[in-house]
Amino acid sequence: MPLITAPNLARPDDFYEALIDMHRDLDDAQSQAANARLILLLANHIGDHETLLSALQLAREAETAAA
Amino acid sequence: MAVDYQRLTFEYRPCAEQSATNAMHPVVVVGAGPVGLATAIDLAQQGIEVVLLDDDCTLSTGSRAICFAKRTLEIFDRLGCGDRMVDKGVRWNLGKVFLRDQMVYAFDLLPESGHRRPAFINLQQYYVEGFLLERALELPNLQIRWKNKVVGIERRDEGGADATVTLTVETPDGTYPVRARYVVAADGSRSPMRNLLGLDSKGRTFKDRFLIADIRMEAGFPSERWFWFDPPFHPNQSVLLHRQPDNVWRIDFQLGWDADPVLEKSPERVIPRVQALLGPDAKFELEWVSVYTFSCLRMDSFRHGNVLFAGDSAHGVSPFGARGANSGVQDADNLAWKLAHVLRGEAPDALLDTYASEREYAADENIRNSTRSTDFITPKSQVSRVFRDAVLTLAAKHPFARTLVNSGRLSVPSVLASSPLNTADTDAFAGAMIPGAPCAEAPVEVDGAEDWLLSQLHGGFSLLVYGHPDDLDAEAARQIAALRRQAGAPRMLFVAPDGHRAARTSDIAVVRDRDGIVAQRYDAVPGTAYLIRPDQHVCARWRAVDAERVMEAMARAQGKRLAETAPAARGTPACAEALAA
Repeated sequence: MPLITAPNLARPDDFYEALIDMHRDLDDAQSQAANARLILLLANHIGDHETLLSALQLAREAETAAA
Repeated sequence: MAVDYQRLTFEYRPCAEQSATNAMHPVVVVGAGPVGLATAIDLAQQGIEVVLLDDDCTLSTGSRAICFAKRTLEIFDRLGCGDRMVDKGVRWNLGKVFLRDQMVYAFDLLPESGHRRPAFINLQQYYVEGFLLERALELPNLQIRWKNKVVGIERRDEGGADATVTLTVETPDGTYPVRARYVVAADGSRSPMRNLLGLDSKGRTFKDRFLIADIRMEAGFPSERWFWFDPPFHPNQSVLLHRQPDNVWRIDFQLGWDADPVLEKSPERVIPRVQALLGPDAKFELEWVSVYTFSCLRMDSFRHGNVLFAGDSAHGVSPFGARGANSGVQDADNLAWKLAHVLRGEAPDALLDTYASEREYAADENIRNSTRSTDFITPKSQVSRVFRDAVLTLAAKHPFARTLVNSGRLSVPSVLASSPLNTADTDAFAGAMIPGAPCAEAPVEVDGAEDWLLSQLHGGFSLLVYGHPDDLDAEAARQIAALRRQAGAPRMLFVAPDGHRAARTSDIAVVRDRDGIVAQRYDAVPGTAYLIRPDQHVCARWRAVDAERVMEAMARAQGKRLAETAPAARGTPACAEALAA
């Protein structure tokens, strides 16, 4: 299933606030660890390998394009 | 009194060939480790005269391979020493993974019953070699020459029927030539044979060091593979524990790249580490200590003319997964029947190209798995470590994360699905026994006694036919009769369904599927037939026996159709890649 990049968040601003709030009172190392766990949890929910690869690729391209 | 295999030495005996140089051997095997011994025994059992050369006169010492997988045990059964291995070895199926002081994950490598052998036994390599050697000494057409060191190789007339390999062999009495049609190089990771041919084994070294210790002690740990990430007794590093026979325990301590490999071997450094694990009052002796750095690597091609490479000479892996010795013995299993067929004129030389392509494929699978495990155990970067720790944390509560915990993906035999020796299915089948798959074990009944399916398949090609010969319909009976009249037909084994009263007729082997497990594992109903290679891989299967199709599939499995399948030159890496795709 192709990765959805068109708007798909049910409640975008609520999600964004919750994401930042997830990191409340965490130091940088703890935040990095929490982010990694979040990625793994969401990746498992998505499941499909090709979809995940697309997401990984887009994430990496954004970084190298910005460099 | 028990034999101390680590202390055995063998006599150098000069042989007649050292003064006369006319002999031409069908095959010479170089290296009397587990892989060389297995190859030599297998060839000798198939009636081939074998000379086995070893540059030394002892077995292995210290802590080397210890985990021998079910498939390897099934091969040892065919080599006539399975019971000895299993009786001495420590059986295990279960593994546990700990993070800090909590267990996060447990796995069972053989969750189903109806198998003769356990998922693994732990057995010191010197026992494995000792038992193989004792078996080898029973075979009159297998000659072992100790203190025979290969110092030169010359290959002549390659590609032709008269191709020969001449080895220059050094002994205490000087050098002499040994000539053979084929040579198997099973001379270990540093492979002098590989070096003499100017060849490389290439791959990757992991920047880490591991302290390997064999500890003799009485301890209450169960016979399970235990792996710790960041335990309190060895913070920020990994530890692996295995039980071996004779109250010897193998402990691997990860030390990190900056550890001093010489310093860390000293008892002053090792003893506190062991005490931290066992408690300060623990009584133990250090039997063996060394520090290793691991690599995953392989030769581009395992075949070089009439020299075939097997075991560590061809490929190496890090030990997390026990894929080293196990894949080496499986190399021997793949090679020996092919060499025997070629030497007897029953198959073309090109069949040996498929040894290389099939086992290169298996080596890549082993390297991929061992590399992934080692990357999880030794994360290469800070972010890799973050993800690794995230997996471990999630695994404690969430089943999905447990599938990501990688302290080792334990050795299983490769499914040779893309092999050109297979005949593609034309009938519908479910289950795992696809062409290329290693045959599954199943309980059977033979002459009223409990027995096992794999023990009934030995010596050559087998045709497993499900059903009783008395129940064949007219067409099936015709086909079976036609097949039995064929020269070179496979040996037939009928597996009668559970509940059937099987009586063995005079010259047809019939066994009973005592628990219906053959039917289950092979998706078999009466009439189903499987053509099985001498190394117990499936090469073809049908819902009804057709004599012509069986003989055609057998010809294909013997390499007689290779010119039609591979567009690339035989035995080249490009060919291997195409087959692996």
